[in-house]
Amino acid sequence: MIDSFVVITLIKVLVVFAVLMTTLAYLQWVERKVIAHIQVRPGPYRVGPHGLLQPLADVIKLITKEDLVPPYVNKPLYLAAPFLAITMALLSISVIPFGPEIKVAGYSTLMQLTDLNIGVVFVLAVSSMGVYGIALAGWASNNKYSLLGGLRSSAQMISYELPLSLAIAAPLLISNTLSLRTLVEKQAGGILQWNVLHGPFPQIFSFVIFLIAAFAETNRVPFDLPEAENELVAGFHTEYSSMKFASFFMAEYANMITVSCMATLLFLGGWMAPWPAAYGSSFVPPAIFAIAGLIALYHGVNYSRKRDKYTLPAFGVIFLIVAGILLLPVVQAWLLPLFWFCAKTGAILFGFMWIRGTLPRFRYDQLMGFTWKFLFPVAMLNLLVTGFLVAWFS
Amino acid sequence: MDVILFLVFAIIAVVCAINVVVQSHPISSAVSLIGVMGSLAILYLLLGAEFIAAAQVIVYAGAVMVLFIFVIMLLNAGTEVRKGRSLMVQVLGVPLLIALLGVLAFFVQRLYPRSTVHFGGFRGGSALAIGRALFTTYLLPFEITSILILIAILGAIVLARKELE
Repeated sequence: MIDSFVVITLIKVLVVFAVLMTTLAYLQWVERKVIAHIQVRPGPYRVGPHGLLQPLADVIKLITKEDLVPPYVNKPLYLAAPFLAITMALLSISVIPFGPEIKVAGYSTLMQLTDLNIGVVFVLAVSSMGVYGIALAGWASNNKYSLLGGLRSSAQMISYELPLSLAIAAPLLISNTLSLRTLVEKQAGGILQWNVLHGPFPQIFSFVIFLIAAFAETNRVPFDLPEAENELVAGFHTEYSSMKFASFFMAEYANMITVSCMATLLFLGGWMAPWPAAYGSSFVPPAIFAIAGLIALYHGVNYSRKRDKYTLPAFGVIFLIVAGILLLPVVQAWLLPLFWFCAKTGAILFGFMWIRGTLPRFRYDQLMGFTWKFLFPVAMLNLLVTGFLVAWFS
Repeated sequence: MDVILFLVFAIIAVVCAINVVVQSHPISSAVSLIGVMGSLAILYLLLGAEFIAAAQVIVYAGAVMVLFIFVIMLLNAGTEVRKGRSLMVQVLGVPLLIALLGVLAFFVQRLYPRSTVHFGGFRGGSALAIGRALFTTYLLPFEITSILILIAILGAIVLARKELE
């Protein structure tokens, strides 16, 4: 029994790690495509069909680049900082649940690496350690731009962690648990049971506060002051090259995935469908893939670029096959929850990219004033009202 | 397994603690202090107090030490220079330290002569148990602590204002 547990856990770790790494690489491709289409240009298009092999080319480029260590850095901390950043970013994925309990070949297992009973607090703890990677990188580089970037990031992360924690606390009051799995299970039964719309007080405000604070915690536009390239060269990672730079890059994307997963789990009902399967919610994912496949086929027939004549029909056929697989009752039990989880997380990730293509950067005093004078009081008020109403109705 | 983990993280904690004092650069000392806090959190976890372990990481390792590092970076504090030490420090320093540790060990031994640690035997470490204890048994100390912190914040604001004018 204990042996099967070890083997299953090892397999799960390998699968989650491989999927996460692939997602990290391709998230960057998706982001470049989204930004490109916002700016009315095609984006990566040369390496592979529609630039799909671009992440692979980037990885090879980053690995083979010369790994410079400037002579004036504080060596131990300079080398430890990227390691710290990527470790803390990847660690929190270990408690994120992706779906319900499933049965594979007679063994039943959770679609999650470990189900901690303090999962929410664990993610907060790990993400609060993540700031050291950036702050120490900025300091150890011994460069004034890097130092400014590190200073800005530590000040920004301390400030935005307060509204973030308060925004997380409010849905926890409604669900009355700290385990991420139980949190999702309490939101079962349709969109009105999700914490973002659930009574006694819909958590729509804390959802928005959470997203804003999450943008700041992950150093994304419009809060990317630690690496503001027009003032600070590249901020905290100015002196890093090759795989050390890639570690920071991967850490940023891994943090984005983590906060999107957290938003999905806390507010959007995790892997639960928007309405019960009895009313036909299990036909939505195949329908979406089928429509996508048909659109790709249509554009493949009426192609605008020469290469699309072959690539788009191929994509269309793949989408139609996925739609067919999603209709099979054998795999529906675990593919449908996974689909809903990925769809919600992906929607939030798309929001990240959309905002990057839309908003300019904040000024530093605006950034600080916004969180301390507006976000923090609103989050506090939201928590108070939620607590009062939960106590009143229970 | 528990004993091995305990020994590993206890040794890390002690080595980091010594490193805090020995290091000459403030940032290195602060990083060692984070190591102490982190290994203490794991020791709490081994004893079955998972919520306290997480709170230790969030509050001490995550928030307090980030502020420390922020201030050190902001002031750009350099390496401390070792000043000429007096004769008394050179002669009596190490023997006095050993004597202090010996006295401490003696008193701990006398106060708790037969205490053993059961790893995972403690069951009051959940968020529920801690919340209940804070709002029933320890309500008065808890509220007094919050007032104490409020006074400290007000004092800090008053001092900072005086500096500005």
